[in-house]
Amino acid sequence: MLRAIRHKNILPAFSAFRAFSSSAKEMTVREALNSALDEEMSADPKVFLMGEEVGEYQGAYKITKGLLDKYGPERVLDTPITEEMALICLLNILQAGFTGIGVGAAYYGLRPVVEFMTFNFSMQAIDHIINSAAKSNYMSAGQISVPIVFRGPNGAAAGVGAQHSQCYAAWYASCPGLKVLSPYSSEDARGLLKAAIRDPDPVVFLENELLYGESFPVSAEVLDSSFCLPIGKAKIEREGKDVTITAFSKMVGYALKAAEILAKEGISAEVINLRSIRPLDRSTINASVRKTNRLVTVEEGFPQHGVGAEICTSVIEESFGYLDAPVERIAGADVPMPYAANLERMAVPQVEDIVRAAKRACYRSVPLAATA
Amino acid sequence: MPLSATNFAQPRPVPVGIRSNEKSLSSDPFRFRFRGSPSFLGSPHSLRFNPTPPLKLAIPHCRRSAAAAVTDVSNGTMVKSSANMLITKEEGLELYEDMILGRFFEDMCAQMYYRGKMFGFVHLYNGQEAVSTGFIKLLKKEDTVVSTYRDHVHALSKGVPARAVMSELFGKATGCCRGQGGSMHMFSKEHNLIGGFAFIGEGIPVATGAAFSSKYRREVLKEASADHVTLAFFGDGTCNNGQFYECLNMAALWKLPIIFVVENNLWAIGMSHLRATSDPEIWKKGPAFGMAGVHVDGMDVLKVREVAKEAIERARRGDGPTLVECETYRFRGHSLADPDELRDPAEKARYAARDPISALKKYMIENKLANEQELKSIEKKIDEVLDDAVEFSDESPLPPRSQLLENVFADSKGFGIGPDGKYRCEDPKFTQGTAHV
Repeated sequence: MLRAIRHKNILPAFSAFRAFSSSAKEMTVREALNSALDEEMSADPKVFLMGEEVGEYQGAYKITKGLLDKYGPERVLDTPITEEMALICLLNILQAGFTGIGVGAAYYGLRPVVEFMTFNFSMQAIDHIINSAAKSNYMSAGQISVPIVFRGPNGAAAGVGAQHSQCYAAWYASCPGLKVLSPYSSEDARGLLKAAIRDPDPVVFLENELLYGESFPVSAEVLDSSFCLPIGKAKIEREGKDVTITAFSKMVGYALKAAEILAKEGISAEVINLRSIRPLDRSTINASVRKTNRLVTVEEGFPQHGVGAEICTSVIEESFGYLDAPVERIAGADVPMPYAANLERMAVPQVEDIVRAAKRACYRSVPLAATA
Repeated sequence: MPLSATNFAQPRPVPVGIRSNEKSLSSDPFRFRFRGSPSFLGSPHSLRFNPTPPLKLAIPHCRRSAAAAVTDVSNGTMVKSSANMLITKEEGLELYEDMILGRFFEDMCAQMYYRGKMFGFVHLYNGQEAVSTGFIKLLKKEDTVVSTYRDHVHALSKGVPARAVMSELFGKATGCCRGQGGSMHMFSKEHNLIGGFAFIGEGIPVATGAAFSSKYRREVLKEASADHVTLAFFGDGTCNNGQFYECLNMAALWKLPIIFVVENNLWAIGMSHLRATSDPEIWKKGPAFGMAGVHVDGMDVLKVREVAKEAIERARRGDGPTLVECETYRFRGHSLADPDELRDPAEKARYAARDPISALKKYMIENKLANEQELKSIEKKIDEVLDDAVEFSDESPLPPRSQLLENVFADSKGFGIGPDGKYRCEDPKFTQGTAHV
């Protein structure tokens, strides 16, 4: 079941060497999401989960492990495809149906958390996410609010091919009526998921499959059951003064590694973890650029009309006079995701690409093209 | 039968023998639809709905519940029950008034549209009033109705005032959605009308979710009084759409209190139902998923009402969903922009002769439930209601500029609403305590 998250857990010996003021426990993103769901479900009986394999299979990525046993089949609903495990390849068929059901339930004050096995499958249900969830509050002039959360892994995994690797942050973030969140660390995952479940509006919660198993230190405040992060506020993961690097989800990790490399070359990079793609925390980004005068945006998705495009425009509109160099935009390659491992590596931003872009922004001469 | 948790989530065993029985009940669905062999890409002219030879579409006996009414589709007469009158005088007048309101309202919409007061897409319901009135007048206020873009009359039957609907169509701030929804997006929380959806089939999963919430409230939140049912209205074209089948499956699987009402008016804009559907008998798709499937003459409000009564009672009891196919017809085109050239005038004339309002009028007068005078006075009253609605809408203000950005979110500050119901960001302890920005 759930490993108990209690302050009194005996910490492994090596963590005693970390000089944190509060007890630094490590928690994987998976555990963070699981504990957030668990706590929100126990606090509010109107919260329920719905999705493929969330129940008896314990979650396609084990995020909902243990919840079926704890809360029962009425609150953790396996949507119909589960009987047919052999037909795993047909997983995406039922998306429209159960997403719309989630919306209908949300109209009546229940708080569904709908899991998409990956956000690629959400395209089958995107009509309901946009037209019946996002737009309903507006179309009904405030009568019908939709407190629903759509969550699941987003973006590239490893070797899963073109139809399982797209990043949907830009698509959903362009739609008014939705809130779009993308956590990086366990603290983000816990706080943002809890905020999303409590929020009375539709929230698209974009996780990342490769981050599920990664462990991050969490403080005691994060473990508190009323811990919650505000929606619409970015976090400055690393302070710096030479160049601002914005990123979300897995790319935050890459940006932090790039910042380490840059620090050795004398460039102090400020890394901003966006956390919230919509509403975008323009004020934090602009304040940072006004301080550093240079911007590099990093994202995994397709470049055209992406999140980076919006951030660059926001900075140009509001802080043009402060820029000392053209804004740099790092995104995935403008191709459907290839399968071959080396091509896939080239199609997604790597740490070296971020380092090179930061150096370009700092006018250190560096060639533009990547090598295989 | 008490509803236990196991009923809720486990799939029910598929009844044996439904399919074999099915075949014997209606051997060749095409026999009485087409002349000669059905042509796959035939033009609509060769596929006329031909009611002769007479059609006696029997209802399959769903093994789990009693069959509903057998209807006589071929001629337009009303079937009197073997016992007494089907309705009392008060009920009859209520039904008549509701249908007249629907008809006159839609006619007024057409007038207003051509005068430029209404704009965009307007889809009128003339001819189908029996379905809306027959079903919705049996509902309680807490029951839910989900509709499509052809939703004006559903809104009126559910109780949304004519003034509010008309203003909404004019795009005024006094409309039921303050002018933000329009013809295709009628919402009324007070009357539990949750849309108004433009995409066909979009309302069906939402209705299934509303039915789910009713069941959830009763079983998980233990609210004993939560027995409200949901009606999902949609057309024949929607029955070829994937979402419809997904929801039939889930509603039957989880035994949700929902009634799927198909308003089969034989035409999806200009696509004839017979040309678009492999098996045009939609009611048969119910038993395929394990629920009752019923066909009813949708031009006869009393027959619709009988079928509706049974279906609603079944849902309220907790015995699960019903699929009701109402054979009806729209007298006007798909929308006010549709020139309506593809439909055979003879077909239109045939259905005009079966006008539900005239039929009810005839029934009430013949059975001495009302006289000509009373019915005329109802019509006059509705005329006045509509004149008042138009005047009210004309005089209502347009939405103010500030309304453009309102209502995008229930909570636009982006911090969420805390457990005490207030914006979390207004709590001074918010940034000091557990949330570390």
